[in-house]
Amino acid sequence: MPETRELTLAEAVREAMAEEMRRDARVFICGEDIAEAGTVFKVLAGLVDEFGTERVLDTPISEAGFTGIAVGAAMTGMRPIVDIMFGDFSTLVMDQMVNQAAKVHYMSGGKWKVPMVMRATLGATRRSAAQHSQSLHAWFCHIPGLKVVLPSTPYDAKGLLKSAIRDDNPVVFFEDKMMYKLKGPVPAEDYTIPFGVADVKRAGTDITIVATSSMVQVALAAAHMLEEHDISAEVIDPRTVWPLDEKTLIESAKKTSRVIVVDEGYGRYGVTAEIASVIAEGAFFDLEAPVKRIGAMHVPIPFSPPLEDATVPNEQSVLQAAKALCGR
Amino acid sequence: MTTAVDRPKTQSEVEAQQWLHMYRRMVMIRLFEEQVNDLYTRALMPGLAHLYIGEEAVAVGVCEALEPNDYITSTHRGHGHCLAKGATLDKMFAELLGKEAGYCKGKGGSMHIADPDTGNLGANAIVGGSAGIATGAALSAKRLKTGQVAVCFFGDGALGQGLLYEVMNMASLWKLPVIYVCENNLYNEYTHNSETAAGDMLTRATAFGLHALSVEGQDVRAVYQTAKAVVDRTRSGAGPAFLLCNTYRFMGHHVGDINREYYRSKQEEQMWKTQRDPIKLLSDWMMSQNLADRARFDQIQSEVKSEVEKAVQFAIAAPYPAPDKVDQDVYA
Repeated sequence: MPETRELTLAEAVREAMAEEMRRDARVFICGEDIAEAGTVFKVLAGLVDEFGTERVLDTPISEAGFTGIAVGAAMTGMRPIVDIMFGDFSTLVMDQMVNQAAKVHYMSGGKWKVPMVMRATLGATRRSAAQHSQSLHAWFCHIPGLKVVLPSTPYDAKGLLKSAIRDDNPVVFFEDKMMYKLKGPVPAEDYTIPFGVADVKRAGTDITIVATSSMVQVALAAAHMLEEHDISAEVIDPRTVWPLDEKTLIESAKKTSRVIVVDEGYGRYGVTAEIASVIAEGAFFDLEAPVKRIGAMHVPIPFSPPLEDATVPNEQSVLQAAKALCGR
Repeated sequence: MTTAVDRPKTQSEVEAQQWLHMYRRMVMIRLFEEQVNDLYTRALMPGLAHLYIGEEAVAVGVCEALEPNDYITSTHRGHGHCLAKGATLDKMFAELLGKEAGYCKGKGGSMHIADPDTGNLGANAIVGGSAGIATGAALSAKRLKTGQVAVCFFGDGALGQGLLYEVMNMASLWKLPVIYVCENNLYNEYTHNSETAAGDMLTRATAFGLHALSVEGQDVRAVYQTAKAVVDRTRSGAGPAFLLCNTYRFMGHHVGDINREYYRSKQEEQMWKTQRDPIKLLSDWMMSQNLADRARFDQIQSEVKSEVEKAVQFAIAAPYPAPDKVDQDVYA
């Protein structure tokens, strides 16, 4: 009988990295305050004790610099994991990710590979204000050559991160910092989760709620409340927003005929827009209503708690949208 | 049939062979670039062409100090670096013309030549954009204990980019085997660097604890000898270095940059072309030392010219990639 434990998402992420570092001597992590400090969220706590400071490499506060170094190291035989403390700092690494990492393989006619992972956080409601709270993952989805992963459970986080580390392409892996303490079952044995395979987190027949990252928990809570209104909601987590499992999303939309897409990034030109368009194109004649999108409000994330809370999708907003779509 | 009696080569003969080899490499770059200019102006070459003419001694002097498996990163003005590191003329021309037979199957073009076989991590069209890649390659070399060094070529324009200072700092902290080679050709595109670079260039590197030297970049012997010492030092584990090569771009920023008098004078260009041509400086010196005669240089010029012509014909005749190749190689 395989052993399954309850781990937090932070523990699952840490375990994935530790196992891959044991498995492959080329894997190393670099970033700010990751060694003795174990990151500000303590996600990497203890790794330096096992792997030492060369493989859990503390860097200066130079995101562009150490991300660029990771690109070069990845091209020449290492498999770096870059730790970007807050996804908001994506702005600082964009040239290295977009113009370098994403394009090296293509520009070289397939001769150089960039097997690296950029881990970053997303998610608001931590009262961290406008520069430490954004969910900017859609930016990376826009770029050919990158893959973008958004785990929503400890199980998915571990399996997807192991796949990311073993992937020969640059992979951007976003963890919602509000989910680090979320617990869930995680098998002790080695497993990976392939990219481009959505997971039906809850089966239903009346409405499909496509949700990413922490919005999966929001969607599940809303689905639970919808039961009281005799609405059976299906919750689907794409898990990787690129590659995107379009088939599973379209099939669910055809089955339920009503769809809500929830993602914590900005909706405008964002992940919800892309998924809604995929569903509209793929299931148009089976839809009873236009696809509803719910994303972050189009404002910089405010500091004051009641203001910040108003910017993020929640159970109530999903519930109300679902009821409206179902005519209740 | 009689043959000359084998005897050990004298010191000066060995030296002459070495300089003649560098002469040939510089001529190869010069004639390659002249051919690029010709192709471009005859509208046979798409895109942009940034010529390396005038700076040949830097690429050749530095790359001659490297081992075949050492890494380089290059720039938008990168043809010289690629050729100096061992790229072949035919695949270079083919890539510049967007042909399948090119180094990158036509997907990279003039500004993105890359070739693992010669340690070329790629030319880069973001100014200073490869500084991280070169430093990362040095990190790999150190971790994997391969003994390789990485050379990052960039122009004085890249001194304005913050990335360079971030990675020089880390290279110094971690004693990485990387050499930052700044080709100071005086101009950031169409702007003299007196308008863009404050203070002193070398001390930007020494501030981070790098071993930093300045060299006369038109003198291939000086570049080679300095680079050799710097490379040996870095390879031995002494940490990163910064080599400032003072040079000059004989042509415009790109092939279409014809009217240049608003940013530099014809007299200035003329002075460099007539008095500071790296190819002529080397041949003049060798003749003054009786290491070779005019006929030898003429012979090399003629041999390289026919190699270049052959390579161009190959590239012109080579097929374009099939349109269905367009979405291949996006992912590994």
